[in-house]
Amino acid sequence: MLELGQDEMAKYPFMADAGQYLRNLGFQLEQFGSDPDLKGMVDRAFERIRVAAEGQVYGSDIRDGRVSGDAELQREIISFLLAIVLLKLCGIQTLVRRFALAESRRAEKFLERDLTGRASGTKTELATRIIHDLFSIRVKKSDDFFVMRIADYLRRAVHFHERSWKLVNRRVDGGLVFLSPHETVRLIRAELGIYINTKINAARAPPMIPGFEGYVGELHQIAKKFSTGTVTGGEYPPCIKHAIDVLEKGENLPHSGRFMLATFLLARGQSVEQIAPLFKNAPDYNEKITLYQLNHLSGGSGSGTEYNCPSCQKIRMQGLCFAVPECDNIITPLQFGRRKN
Amino acid sequence: MTEKEAKFLEGAFKRYYFEHFEMLGIPDRITEREFGFQRFDSGMIRHISLKTDRELKLLLMKEVPSDVYCSCACYTFPSMPMKEKDWKEADLIFDIDAKDLNLGCRADHTISVCGKCGRTSAQTGSCSACGSTGLETKSLPCRKCIAASKEQVRRLSDMLVRDFAAEPDAIQVYFSGNEGFHVHVSNSQFQQCGSKERAELVDYIMLNGAIPETFGMRKQKPRRDSFPDFGQWGWQDRFARAVYGSKSNRPKEITRLVQAGYASFPQTIAAVSERMGARIDPNVTVDIHRIFRLPGSLNSKSGLAKMHCTNLDSFDPYVDASFLVTDKVEVRADCPVRFALRKRGFGPYKDETVEVPMYAAAYMICKKLARIP
Repeated sequence: MLELGQDEMAKYPFMADAGQYLRNLGFQLEQFGSDPDLKGMVDRAFERIRVAAEGQVYGSDIRDGRVSGDAELQREIISFLLAIVLLKLCGIQTLVRRFALAESRRAEKFLERDLTGRASGTKTELATRIIHDLFSIRVKKSDDFFVMRIADYLRRAVHFHERSWKLVNRRVDGGLVFLSPHETVRLIRAELGIYINTKINAARAPPMIPGFEGYVGELHQIAKKFSTGTVTGGEYPPCIKHAIDVLEKGENLPHSGRFMLATFLLARGQSVEQIAPLFKNAPDYNEKITLYQLNHLSGGSGSGTEYNCPSCQKIRMQGLCFAVPECDNIITPLQFGRRKN
Repeated sequence: MTEKEAKFLEGAFKRYYFEHFEMLGIPDRITEREFGFQRFDSGMIRHISLKTDRELKLLLMKEVPSDVYCSCACYTFPSMPMKEKDWKEADLIFDIDAKDLNLGCRADHTISVCGKCGRTSAQTGSCSACGSTGLETKSLPCRKCIAASKEQVRRLSDMLVRDFAAEPDAIQVYFSGNEGFHVHVSNSQFQQCGSKERAELVDYIMLNGAIPETFGMRKQKPRRDSFPDFGQWGWQDRFARAVYGSKSNRPKEITRLVQAGYASFPQTIAAVSERMGARIDPNVTVDIHRIFRLPGSLNSKSGLAKMHCTNLDSFDPYVDASFLVTDKVEVRADCPVRFALRKRGFGPYKDETVEVPMYAAAYMICKKLARIP
């Protein structure tokens, strides 16, 4: 178990054992609901969540990576722990997720500064140890870079969509990827968010604490703002249009193209009987085999496996992408034409 | 191919498996692999689990498959349906095929065979004999095809060792049995990687998705010292070798690139990819459930074996991968292209009955260029 000093606890409060910390300070949870002197802490906790819900990062009382005094240290940590209590009491997943994300971004800033080791060399060691203990990634310093195994990098990087994160655009040498401190920390943001999210979800929800009802009610109000509606467009993306066109002309569409077309149309709600005729002009068309394969794709056959429409990245790799501006960086063809409210 | 040809090939293959069982590359962790096979007259049968090499031998003698496959992955329950196999890890595999290399020689040795009447045809539109549009193309890869494929293998191996730190001993190169090579890498850091991660490896190897900034180019005021140089890591060094040619040329080339501008830089990247990247089949590497041809087994497209290449440079597939017997066989051959096997030349044959060694007969029959009279 990583031993954290006082400064570190304030920077990375999610590593603290909540119950233990409060008990050590001699607090009971109920006191925060009834004692007017402690109400300020709950206000802070609520503020922490509200700010997170807006997509902002909570501005801490931590200057240059060090907390000024013990009292402020306590406020930092307690406000975090109380925020978790409030979240458990209101029980809304979207708020938990946004809070976890905001807290991970907050921790990122400290982690990055510690990795850079501008304050002291030992901070670097601590930061790399946190990364290792939480995520099992071994990160080593190499001049101004941080290096990790390619496989560890890829496991996280595949969730980023910007091209700069692709392995081909990274410095790669001897089985390792070289990253700046900022990139290293950015890489684990999602995982840190998941870690915090999991920790919150794993905590037991306490019964309602008198004095907390108002806060919880307000959180419900905030959460109402986050329901999104989507409008599904009817138009096909260019990759699908091209595939249909090729088949219509009687030319051969490679297996990957047929798979993409079939899974796309199935996902759009078309039936096997509606899709099958599209293939009738294919040079190697066989009605029985076509129906068999479409049935298999739709999960109709014995194994019940469901096949998803391939991602745009895969389609690009197979040479079947004919993107137009309307594609607008979508991840799969199924997103084409959708507008978010 | 009619039943006569299928029976003929079955006999030839059966004899090979009986006499050359030791050629088969029994994979490690055999009990965790999924096996599959095809017969000459039927489709693929998968989800087979074997405990020992003896069980494999029994399978080959009983089923006499046209093709035998083994998974690159290890599963807890290899014989269960895909969802329930419990994937544990998979070797890294690559497929290099001459037909993907856009070689100029292809037209000289590609033949169209009519699926309906079996006649060969020079055209690729419809059959000159019966007019059917169901034409299949068959290729007889030549020396240039093999040499070009070998070059891709070398590029790939270089990247695997230098950039990905694969152990040279863990990289196994095989002739596929027809038109290219398979490369297997075991015990690398990528064993646990899923499809998306392997797709990134593919893009790296082929230099797909590279942005100009990676090579020092900027939209405004690119810095000359940001451009790649010789001796730097991975793609920087490859870029330098492909674009500058020599150290003394570097300043001039950088000036040219800067003047040409950001918008035209992708063309430079494409040229580097062509000269230094390896042309692999992305579908194969990305598929973590792939079953690949078992080393030492025969390829029903040619009758040649998938052979391990200990020395890539000297490997000659038409000599080193041909194991069927020399017994004379009479076939009716319609093969407009001359080909060589075991240093003997055969063809061209214009729909005539000829007597050839079994290995040549099998080769032509597999390519649908001959029949049993």
